[in-house]
Amino acid sequence: MFEKYMIVPEEARNVTENGRVTGFQFGARLPYYRGVGLSLVEDIQVKIDGEPVAPENLTVTVHGNTYTLEEMARTFEDRWEMGEVALITIRREGGLPPGEHTIDLLLNLRISYLPFPAIRKATKTIKIP
Amino acid sequence: MRPAIKRGVSLYSYQEEYFLRKMTLEDCIAAAAAAGATGIEVVGEQMFPGFPRLSEAFLEQWFGWMEQYGVEPVAHDMMLDLEPYKGRYLTLDEQLASVLRDLHFARQLGCKVVRVIVNASPELMERAIPYAEEMDIKLGIEVHSPWHLHSAWMTRHLEVMEKTGTKHFGFIPDGGAFTRRLPRVAVERMIREGADEKIAAFVCEQHEKGVLAEYIIAEVEQMSNRPIDRALAMMTRHNVFSNPRSIEQFEGRIVHVHGKCYEMLEDSLDGRPYEYSIPYDEIVAALKNIGFDGYICTEYEGNRHIQDIMEVNSVEQVRRHQRMLEQLIG
Repeated sequence: MFEKYMIVPEEARNVTENGRVTGFQFGARLPYYRGVGLSLVEDIQVKIDGEPVAPENLTVTVHGNTYTLEEMARTFEDRWEMGEVALITIRREGGLPPGEHTIDLLLNLRISYLPFPAIRKATKTIKIP
Repeated sequence: MRPAIKRGVSLYSYQEEYFLRKMTLEDCIAAAAAAGATGIEVVGEQMFPGFPRLSEAFLEQWFGWMEQYGVEPVAHDMMLDLEPYKGRYLTLDEQLASVLRDLHFARQLGCKVVRVIVNASPELMERAIPYAEEMDIKLGIEVHSPWHLHSAWMTRHLEVMEKTGTKHFGFIPDGGAFTRRLPRVAVERMIREGADEKIAAFVCEQHEKGVLAEYIIAEVEQMSNRPIDRALAMMTRHNVFSNPRSIEQFEGRIVHVHGKCYEMLEDSLDGRPYEYSIPYDEIVAALKNIGFDGYICTEYEGNRHIQDIMEVNSVEQVRRHQRMLEQLIG
């Protein structure tokens, strides 16, 4: 459900800090009919062109607030709202070469009324300007 | 005069358009009113960013919309996240605090019913009842497929209702527990994802005949070892059919009803819209027989099965469901 909307390629771009390209980012929505407190996000896994991203190189930005996966696990007050396009930023010196790249995204949520993990996957092509 | 059943819409119905920001909260309220509903049900964690906080300014806006569109707040659907802390479940006290948060949220919005998610335990409800009584809000456990009114879990909840003698805790039957036929849109989606058409036809036929889900699953496991075929067979477990007349055994304990729909068709032989898989004529008849005078709120959920091939039109699906209810309620 909602998997086709998980990756938002319109938000794909390289990230520049102090004149240096330090990584890239893309947009992501929760594949779920409600928003959740950030601690309920059990895991986020990203592959870029088939190559897995190390978890420590990944941050998530919801409405301007940026968290590592570890920080998300300890965040109970802030939420990833339903349909909200968050930014997933990957630290990677030099970013990505301009052009098309394939993103694999896995989101795992702890949803208490389901007797199994809520793991959702999506794959999409993004274009770095 | 016979009490009349009232018609509402759960804004859950418009999740596709809201998710994609094609409709705002106000648009959803307006669409429900335009479909003829007089009541609004909400999922707080869906369309209220910053939940559970509600600002004064927002509340003023909210009640302004209620007046402007001629509708009233009816119900808030509470969730219960038992695992916000990784590695342990909430204690019963923490769970109670979560329920109280939702009761308070519902009260601020003017809702008189809180839909309790099915994973809430009878022990928790027993603890919550005095607060619901104090706030004069009715708690209703959602009888959501694969549970039905006679499931063991619901019987345990019934024991709490009987033991406490409360008027503030009851059942919210969901139409999905009365799926006489498997939702066609869901079966077709699985065929698009690779399920075998002959196995799909077999599963649908067996379900409609009333064959026990475990038996259908066991038979399909003999026919195919493909996960998609087995997942299709498991739909019979998750789309249970229970007798709509079972509602009549719970007179006085039905606080609210979820009018689940997956696929609303425009016309049947007698000229009213109908749900492909759920016999709403029988459900409404049973509710009338026990003098139910609360709300049936439309809850469209077909979007997830068709969003891969077409633009979802939740507004039209809700409109048809409301028109069907209007004719059935009379």
